[in-house]
Amino acid sequence: MNAVTESKVRIQKEDFVVTDEIEAMKKVSRNIGGIVTFLGTGRELSKGENISQLNFEHYPQMAEKKLEEIRVKAIEDYKIIDMSIIHRIGEIEIGENIVLIVAAGEHRKEAFAACEWAIAELKRTTPIWKRETTSNGEVWVQDTP
Amino acid sequence: MITVKYFASLKNFSNTDEDQFEASGISTLLDLSHAISKNHPQLGEMIRGKKIMVSVNLDVANLESEIHDGDEVALLPPFSGGTHS
Repeated sequence: MNAVTESKVRIQKEDFVVTDEIEAMKKVSRNIGGIVTFLGTGRELSKGENISQLNFEHYPQMAEKKLEEIRVKAIEDYKIIDMSIIHRIGEIEIGENIVLIVAAGEHRKEAFAACEWAIAELKRTTPIWKRETTSNGEVWVQDTP
Repeated sequence: MITVKYFASLKNFSNTDEDQFEASGISTLLDLSHAISKNHPQLGEMIRGKKIMVSVNLDVANLESEIHDGDEVALLPPFSGGTHS
């Protein structure tokens, strides 16, 4: 089975292809009229420090459970048709993909709202931690702006 | 036995990914925090001071939460998943 169709919530080391994920979402329903995506990528500058590499650690099982809870709540609360969430772990280079949320609704309004809520909720409730490698060494990021 | 897992920055205090504790005499997370304090005083204080989140069998717990033999407890520092975008 193709990885894209395996699950709507995935935590994985390998990169993902955004267009593949959107195409998979489009197959879910013929009533989808708007798809909103959030793609988070590795940024070189963080709090004035140059970052050379990122590393993401997660708590297996609990992280997947939290992402599924976010997906289910987003579908229920925002009345969207479906949502997929993918988060990469392990070493990630600057400019690479980190996290993707795909929110699909009948209309754009609920898809935008669900997508924005989901990324904020992910950062608030999902046991995933980011370590930044800078010229001053390695630092675990512990703030959630 | 009770399994305690440490994540991210907390491993700087524990120097290990995981510890095992005898379940006898431990009935709540508060009890377990005192057992953890014997080897890692800062981590016990963080639990009691509610500076970190703790999960028991994947559910978020509080100091009164019951702990049983065979449970998996995890000490979770503040999260930073996703991006700051």
